[in-house]
Amino acid sequence: MPSAVGDRLARAGVLGLQGDFREHIETFRRLGSDAVDVRRPEQLDAIDALVIPGGESTTIGKLALHYGFIPKLRERVAEGMAVWGTCAGAIFIARDVPGHPHPLAGLMDIRVRRNAFGRQLDSFEADLDVPQLGSEPFHAVFIRAPLIESVGPGVEVLAKLDDAGTGAPGSEATIVAVRQGNLMATSFHPELTHDGRFHEYFLKLGRS
Amino acid sequence: MAQNGNGHPRDTSKATWTVKSGLAQMLKGGVIMDVVTVEHAKIAEESGAVAVMALERVPSDIRKEGGVARMSDPQLISEIMDTVTIPVMAKARIGHFVEAQVLQAIGVDYVDESEVLTPADETFHIDKKKFDIPFVCGARDLGEALRRINEGAAMIRSKGEAGTGNIVEAVRHIRDITGGIEALAGLDESQLREKAAEYRVPLDLVREVAKAKKLPVVLFCAGGIATPADAALMMQLGAEGNFVGSGIFKASEDPKDQLRRAKAIVEATTHFMDPKLIAEVSRGLGQAMRGIALETLAAGERLAVRGW
Repeated sequence: MPSAVGDRLARAGVLGLQGDFREHIETFRRLGSDAVDVRRPEQLDAIDALVIPGGESTTIGKLALHYGFIPKLRERVAEGMAVWGTCAGAIFIARDVPGHPHPLAGLMDIRVRRNAFGRQLDSFEADLDVPQLGSEPFHAVFIRAPLIESVGPGVEVLAKLDDAGTGAPGSEATIVAVRQGNLMATSFHPELTHDGRFHEYFLKLGRS
Repeated sequence: MAQNGNGHPRDTSKATWTVKSGLAQMLKGGVIMDVVTVEHAKIAEESGAVAVMALERVPSDIRKEGGVARMSDPQLISEIMDTVTIPVMAKARIGHFVEAQVLQAIGVDYVDESEVLTPADETFHIDKKKFDIPFVCGARDLGEALRRINEGAAMIRSKGEAGTGNIVEAVRHIRDITGGIEALAGLDESQLREKAAEYRVPLDLVREVAKAKKLPVVLFCAGGIATPADAALMMQLGAEGNFVGSGIFKASEDPKDQLRRAKAIVEATTHFMDPKLIAEVSRGLGQAMRGIALETLAAGERLAVRGW
């Protein structure tokens, strides 16, 4: 599909071990980027931007570990590859996940709590203000979602959730989207809505 | 709302179609395993399962022991929910909306309105739209899948013949569903209308499937998967993930063997287009469950014909 920004976009890939990777790939294609499905560590050499999709974080984590993704991923990030984790992906790239039963990539200086809002009955939708994406609110889908509990000094908060009426814990606004250099994490699923602004934003990180 | 089993008023931002069908999107490419004990649930999670299905007897034991198969004891389901961090599903009998209310009250993540249990109603399936909890339902063909979706199912699994370790019915059902979808593609408006009448669902739903060339919900396969090659076969035939029941915990009594087989089936589901990898993970797995030839089943022993 032709796009105004097509040839300036990063070469994107989506980790295709498990989860809704196809929805990410389709969103990238709508934006004019031919994203690929990444199932082998060596494929990371051919891309400059990787999405870790929504899915089951223990499953994705175990498979990634088993196939030797973690060292290769760290090496490519050190070389400047952009990485974005959505939901399970945010857990995957966080440095600190209390009680997580297996090792993680540990790329981003954030603490992420799994299933922070509860079980499936507590899954919800909400509109978010994301100044980096313009004035139009971003409609976000949270499914058994994690929460970004705290962030390190180099981490920029992109969006918070006003907890009124959403069932979110605590009385303060909670962090749901962050960026650290060319790493990004969202606790919701931009790939499930038809708004491609987060994907476009990420592709820009990937080519910078 | 009477069917809202957790007693809370409905929050408009929750229990939307997007979050109900969305959880199934997150399970894609994964394996959902039947478990009857906390120990099984731990093995399933350790192997990389995306969810567990809590039930009191696996289908092969239901076949062997007979009697009425019902929803599991809430105590067992709660213990499993407390043990694993992955989603927990549980089965309700076809048409037994109170079992579904109970499962919603416990707070499981998905209800399977399942033909593996003894049906409670011979006329009506559960009116799934009234629930906050999402449902997965079995189907043998496209018409059955669309009727369940029209009732509110947020995920479909092909039925297969549960507890047999025999893949032949699963193959038949997934081919009937995907073949039914392909057949819609070339039809004009009046033919689509005929299909909608034949399937007993609204024309809009048939139009949507014809246009998208896929179901509006995630499609998994179930019923008869016993080996990594079975799992990959179903994925190559168009399933978006697999349910494995008796195949893992009935192949061997040894937890080490169960874990190895479970892991191998998870890997084969991810890398379903990679025969070398499937060969590697299948090596030395030992005997798969013995299984049952379908011709030896009496008509009354077939589970897939339950539901309509």
